[in-house]
Amino acid sequence: MEFLAQIINGLSLGSIYALIALGYTMVYGICKMLNFAHGDIIMVGAYMLSVAMATLHFPPFLAILTSMVVCAALGVIIERVAYKPLRNASPLAVLITAIGVSYFLQSSALLIFGSTQRKVDAAINFPSIQLGELSISGNALITLIVTIILMVGLNWFINNTMTGKAMLAVSEDKGAAQLMGVNVNFTIAITFLIGSALAAVAGVLFISSYKYVGPYTGAMPGIKAFVAAVLGGIGSVPGAMLGGILLGLIESLAKAYISTQLADAIVFGVLIVVLLVKPTGLMGKKITEKV
Amino acid sequence: MALLKVENLQVFYGVIQAVKGISFEVNQGEIVALIGANGAGKTTVLHTITGLVPAKAGSITYNGVDLLKTPSHKIVAMGMAHVPEGRRIFQELTVLENLQMGAFTRRDKGEVAETLKMVYERFPRLEERKKQVAGTLSGGEQQMLAMGRALMSKPDIILMDEPSMGLSPLFVTEIFDIIQEINKAGTTVLIVEQNAKKVLSIADCAYVLETGNIIMDGPAQELLNNDSVKKAYLGE
Repeated sequence: MEFLAQIINGLSLGSIYALIALGYTMVYGICKMLNFAHGDIIMVGAYMLSVAMATLHFPPFLAILTSMVVCAALGVIIERVAYKPLRNASPLAVLITAIGVSYFLQSSALLIFGSTQRKVDAAINFPSIQLGELSISGNALITLIVTIILMVGLNWFINNTMTGKAMLAVSEDKGAAQLMGVNVNFTIAITFLIGSALAAVAGVLFISSYKYVGPYTGAMPGIKAFVAAVLGGIGSVPGAMLGGILLGLIESLAKAYISTQLADAIVFGVLIVVLLVKPTGLMGKKITEKV
Repeated sequence: MALLKVENLQVFYGVIQAVKGISFEVNQGEIVALIGANGAGKTTVLHTITGLVPAKAGSITYNGVDLLKTPSHKIVAMGMAHVPEGRRIFQELTVLENLQMGAFTRRDKGEVAETLKMVYERFPRLEERKKQVAGTLSGGEQQMLAMGRALMSKPDIILMDEPSMGLSPLFVTEIFDIIQEINKAGTTVLIVEQNAKKVLSIADCAYVLETGNIIMDGPAQELLNNDSVKKAYLGE
């Protein structure tokens, strides 16, 4: 029974990682860049939630929506201002810019909200469910459900709408996509918009369990989610989902049964082993040189 | 008035000049060929027309519109399709999805379905394989898909870049027959090809490119019988 509870904890933590990992993997797929500022979007999302609820007295649902809209807009603005001018620059320049944007977001939060962590009233608060002697956290359950709905929705969007197919086409061949009439800049903006909105949801879910937000709140889940994206195969949407869930499960089980201190080491250990055996990640595509 | 008019076009890759001030035109209903050796600038010309590569100087006018001022993604909706060199189909999408991408800018679903039917009639093999991932097609089938994808936009003019590249002789003949049929059905064709003999036999007129310059032009039949063309490009 204890084991089952740990599994549910792991699934719920994993779904938060998966939601963040989706943003990394979609942006990588389409722009071939690692957006290291992505983790900090979670932090912005959490702050927005807190401001909307505590200062503006929005009801939880509206507060979550505000947080999503702000993050989506922020993602699009970051792309326009910081990354778009570097579309044809060397990958290293883009990577360094992303790290710069990450510091910029953290420092802005530090300036606006100060260094003390801010308590956030939970936007979602569901009672635990009692199943015999097993008590399942309502929040964990709702996190899992929300994530499943978002993932199914995202998958449907990518595979069944023309905008989704345009995203796939752009990630494969920007020039050919342009010849089809796809506006590449618009498609990239949409990708950042979706990724950042998902990160905001992840931020809301994350902060509902952890209660406090500070300028560096996004850093650790951001890195874990990045690991999840690489584990699943960066560039692959199903891979990010699988990688996130697996990472959450491993972390939870390692914390429960091996050692709390070693949990992170185990998580990264698994990543190293997977990359040694399958360098492209679990569901990564084989990279073939074009002839 | 010419449907497509290129005037004094100059294109640079960094400091290297790939196209050195060429002019040519394509009239409604024609098949016009650009022939020449590797590196002559043929592909660059097509890429500049559809905006994949910026021009340094000159002008490209299509239906009276200045294409050099038109963003690449807006050109297909103006009735110009481009079958790029190396086909560049979307390997990870299915055959059907590739064809749907070809009709990306068209909003009328009924008309698109009709065009799809037409494309399937022309390329029955694509219909047989519509659920298949495009990367698993053979080279010839991929060329058919690239052409079918271009036709899905219902173009007035179609630019084709090396359609015979890497294909077996049997497929080459088939592809050229299809290009002729597409042209007879009313689509203007601008074709770049290394297989000069094949392309001159179907083209109305042709331009010979050499290191970024047009060194000769005229009706295709005349070029086919021209001694220096024979020597340099027909291997006779």
